[in-house]
Amino acid sequence: MTLRRAATSVLVHGVLVLGAVLTLAPLLWMVSASLMPAGEATAAPPRLWPSSPTLAHYETLFARLNVWRYVANSTLLATAVTLVSLVLNSMAGYAFAKLRFAGRERIFRGLLASLVIPGQVSMLPLFLLLKQLGLINTYWGVLVPGLASIFGIFLVRQYAQSIPDSLLDAARIDGAGEFRIYRSIVLPVCRPVLVTLAIVTFLGTWNDFLWPLIVLTDQDMYTLPVALANLLGEHVQDTELMMASAVLTVLPVVVVFLALQRHYIAGIVSGALKE
Amino acid sequence: MGARRTCNPAWGFVAPALAAIGLFFFAPVLAAFVLSLTDFDIYALGDWRSLRVVGMANYARLVHEPLFWVALRNTAYFVVVAGPLGMAVSLAAALLVNARLVRAKAFFRTALFVPVVTTLVAVAVVWRYVYHPRIGGLNVVLSQLGVPAVDWLGDPRWAMPAIILLAVWKNFGFNMIIFLAGLQGIPERLYEAARLDGAGPWGEFRHVTLPLLGPTFVFVTVITMIGYFQLFAEPYVMTRGGPSNSTLSLVLLMYEDGFRWWNLGSAAATAFVLFAIILLLSVGAMRVRARAAGAESAP
Repeated sequence: MTLRRAATSVLVHGVLVLGAVLTLAPLLWMVSASLMPAGEATAAPPRLWPSSPTLAHYETLFARLNVWRYVANSTLLATAVTLVSLVLNSMAGYAFAKLRFAGRERIFRGLLASLVIPGQVSMLPLFLLLKQLGLINTYWGVLVPGLASIFGIFLVRQYAQSIPDSLLDAARIDGAGEFRIYRSIVLPVCRPVLVTLAIVTFLGTWNDFLWPLIVLTDQDMYTLPVALANLLGEHVQDTELMMASAVLTVLPVVVVFLALQRHYIAGIVSGALKE
Repeated sequence: MGARRTCNPAWGFVAPALAAIGLFFFAPVLAAFVLSLTDFDIYALGDWRSLRVVGMANYARLVHEPLFWVALRNTAYFVVVAGPLGMAVSLAAALLVNARLVRAKAFFRTALFVPVVTTLVAVAVVWRYVYHPRIGGLNVVLSQLGVPAVDWLGDPRWAMPAIILLAVWKNFGFNMIIFLAGLQGIPERLYEAARLDGAGPWGEFRHVTLPLLGPTFVFVTVITMIGYFQLFAEPYVMTRGGPSNSTLSLVLLMYEDGFRWWNLGSAAATAFVLFAIILLLSVGAMRVRARAAGAESAP
């Protein structure tokens, strides 16, 4: 019996280790190839490790190919969208959970139902609107669709529902205004869900591709994913260089995820469990 | 006085978010429908006066447009294969990670989840090399097993399977986490009861795990389907829709039609067909779930 248990344990762990290796292999090879001298990644038979690791491709990217610019664009846009949407979503989510107003439930149900509308439907008219406003090829143009999100409002509302009404009423009796209550009671209480939402939004904006591809026309404005897709057209033969730019694009989000994964996964799960 | 009373402070909290979503999402969605009824093209982009209302002509033309059917077929192929395949991998991974005897659960969970947070464009660049016919990792491994080399992204028969494999690799961790949460919500006493009734591991899975994961399945199916119908970046980066349009998806068609050739009218019609398909399938899935829930609660 114990022998069978031991055999099962070895088998299950073996499958898990194999799965983890297969899952991580493309990412590890990406890092390894980015450190190889030019030409080594495409040698036959392919190499797993660089013969002599070099940072030359990263130097090329920063010195000649203007990568600083894309890193700055991506960081700025992801940070701005995260900050603005945190404010708008937390205010709305709190109001849908705790404040009374006409049509509250109906509006909220309408928002939830519209989660099935694919975002691409809005992109053609939105492009025309931004063109009229002169916002094509600007940071504003990229961040406009992310200013508030239905998912974010939903997530904050879920959490804010657990705030006791007595706490809010006590503050009202003490003469605190509604905004003051939001700032000094609601925001601190909602901190965990706001951290979750911040990570989800930051990663989502950083990784976003289609909308920045449409709005940004000037190379200097590109985000990392758009710049990378563009670079692929010109430097497809420079495997090691492409791998170095892929590493630069992926590394920040993977680091953010690894540092804060508990909050990130909690957010996905709480979004999934109700609904 | 009266005016101040009618001004509910709650509106101050919801108005900014609702205004942003209304102006930059709902209004454009409505406008997209209007746009799909016009012949908006590159001339209209320069001068709005050349715009004409053409009614359902864009939709009628789609029906006779072979590329539209190719894109629809490719998208359906992707959804129908990558969806169930990905869910099966997700469920298997969740069951393994959740198994009682597994050590270092957190490590495996994290390792299997990492691809989800990576940037699709970046990993697609890596996978292009994995799929390289001569030196790519996949063919090198397959040749060890005696399988002849396949030109993954250059052969119309294999390009879509290659994109499906990339999508499953990239996304299975997401549903794995949701299945894990579902599994952890199943009370241990149900398994104990099943074992008392003489159920083996397979019996436990069939009669306890699967039925109790029902609602999780519906949720996972709906979000996976909605996401997969919007296939775009994978073929855009890997194949540009080729070879011979074998990986052209509906969104890629819309992008090329709208933002490359500036036929915004017919691109909007494509977008709305996509929306209609997603809406119908989501409502269908919800119905199935409601009926299943009704059958369970019935005596």
